Amino acid sequence: MCGIVGLFLKNKALAPQLGSLTARMLAVMSDRGPDSAGFAVYGNGSPEIVKLTLRADHESVAQLAKAFASRFGVQADILRRDSHAVLSVPKVLEPRVRLWLAQEHPGIHLVGVGTRMELYKDVGLPSQVADRFGLPLMKGTHAIGHTRMATESSVTTDGAHPFSTGIDQCLVHNGSLSNHNATRRILMREGLSFETENDSEVAAAYLTWRMREGASLKEALIDSLNDLDGFYTFVVGTESGFAVLRDPIACKPAVMAETEDYVAFGSEYRALAVLPDIEKARLFEPEPAQVYVWEH
Amino acid sequence: MPEINLAKASVRDLNAALHALTEESNETLWLVKNPGGKHAIAAGLDAPATVEIEGPVGYYCAGMNKQGTVIVHGNAGTGVAENMMSGHVRVKGDASQSAGATGRGGLLVIEGNASARCGISMKGIDIVVKGDIGAMSAFMAQAGNLVVLGGAGENLGDSIYEARLFIRGPVKSLGADCVQKDLTPDDHRILKDVLSRAGINGEAKAEDFRLYGSARTLYHFHVDNAASY
Repeated sequence: MCGIVGLFLKNKALAPQLGSLTARMLAVMSDRGPDSAGFAVYGNGSPEIVKLTLRADHESVAQLAKAFASRFGVQADILRRDSHAVLSVPKVLEPRVRLWLAQEHPGIHLVGVGTRMELYKDVGLPSQVADRFGLPLMKGTHAIGHTRMATESSVTTDGAHPFSTGIDQCLVHNGSLSNHNATRRILMREGLSFETENDSEVAAAYLTWRMREGASLKEALIDSLNDLDGFYTFVVGTESGFAVLRDPIACKPAVMAETEDYVAFGSEYRALAVLPDIEKARLFEPEPAQVYVWEH
Repeated sequence: MPEINLAKASVRDLNAALHALTEESNETLWLVKNPGGKHAIAAGLDAPATVEIEGPVGYYCAGMNKQGTVIVHGNAGTGVAENMMSGHVRVKGDASQSAGATGRGGLLVIEGNASARCGISMKGIDIVVKGDIGAMSAFMAQAGNLVVLGGAGENLGDSIYEARLFIRGPVKSLGADCVQKDLTPDDHRILKDVLSRAGINGEAKAEDFRLYGSARTLYHFHVDNAASY
């Protein structure tokens, strides 16, 4: 089953409410996915700083901070949020830090990387997951969330959405892909790496690959219509963009609301009912096989 | 007039009260407030009562309806009036996919647009849509009438059996075994009757509709296809 929510603000005045609105939408979608939840928030950032969202226990994070200072000669900038922590590093250091993390701290899991994106996911009821990470107080321009009802793989944090395979890129998926193994092999030959056996991670990596090869977000999604087989509703975030695509027979539910202040996505209308001025919004269901993109 | 506020009461409470109604009940007009897109509102009604819902509803609203009249002052989610047996369901806004799916009788009127798979596997229901219908509508439709004042999406009437599809606007494409047909005097009479029962008398003329139905090549055995079995 699974539930998806997404909120893309057009009016900056709503930025302080981004987290609280997303958390309320996620909580409504618990019925569609009570076993785990995750979300990506595009908040403040600078092109010179890269935020690495990590998953690690508190002790490992404390040790990481010390080890970071002695290895790189600067104080680590770490923001701890429950089972996750955000390590902010100067962009020039990013490749070295990632290599160092992989080699010296294999127990710490890299969840997402972005100049603005932070990404949190865990098992548990969506409202509780959102509260543990402090989503209601997060600010930003857009956010994407997912509530998972695992059907084909086990309930684990790794299996929770969103999936991020590129800087400031994330994807959530409701559905299942039938050619993900073959596509994963093609993408591995193209140099992409995978953390899980999950089909949705393949969709995320596919878009990362197309955009790396020069495609726009819209072009990447149009390409995916030819190359990804199965049923799906995707909601995708990039540093400045927000996109939606449903498979050609629109297997999975999707409803959208647009006002002068925001564009919102919900698997069901109930999730949108919590938004301000929803009664004045233009409500529509995305057409099958049609790519919808909004950019800041 | 009983009034149920779904911001406080549960859908289960509402439906239990509606299911307790009989043909002799005096409570024949019900008001439902704050539906908030909740699922299965007024599903399983089996009494000649009217339920007015003041706002948007979720999945399967008025599903399996028998005798009842359900009016939605808002949009409806997936499967509104699914498997309706008789009665009348009216959606003042838009309907999501699979509106009137498998319906066996009664009248479903959607004043806005209906999305994909409207009237899928319909088995005798009459459906009137004032706006457009989405892709794959009337898929495997078996009986009944689908009347659309706007246009139809791709693959209209794919694998259709015997339903009549009256469409006034453009049709993006026809599904397998669905063809345009000439209207007989009987078809005209049926269309006029459905329009009249839906309360559409002046805004649409029967002459402006085209009729689509089954070419009947898929469900009859043909010896040329023997190798395919």
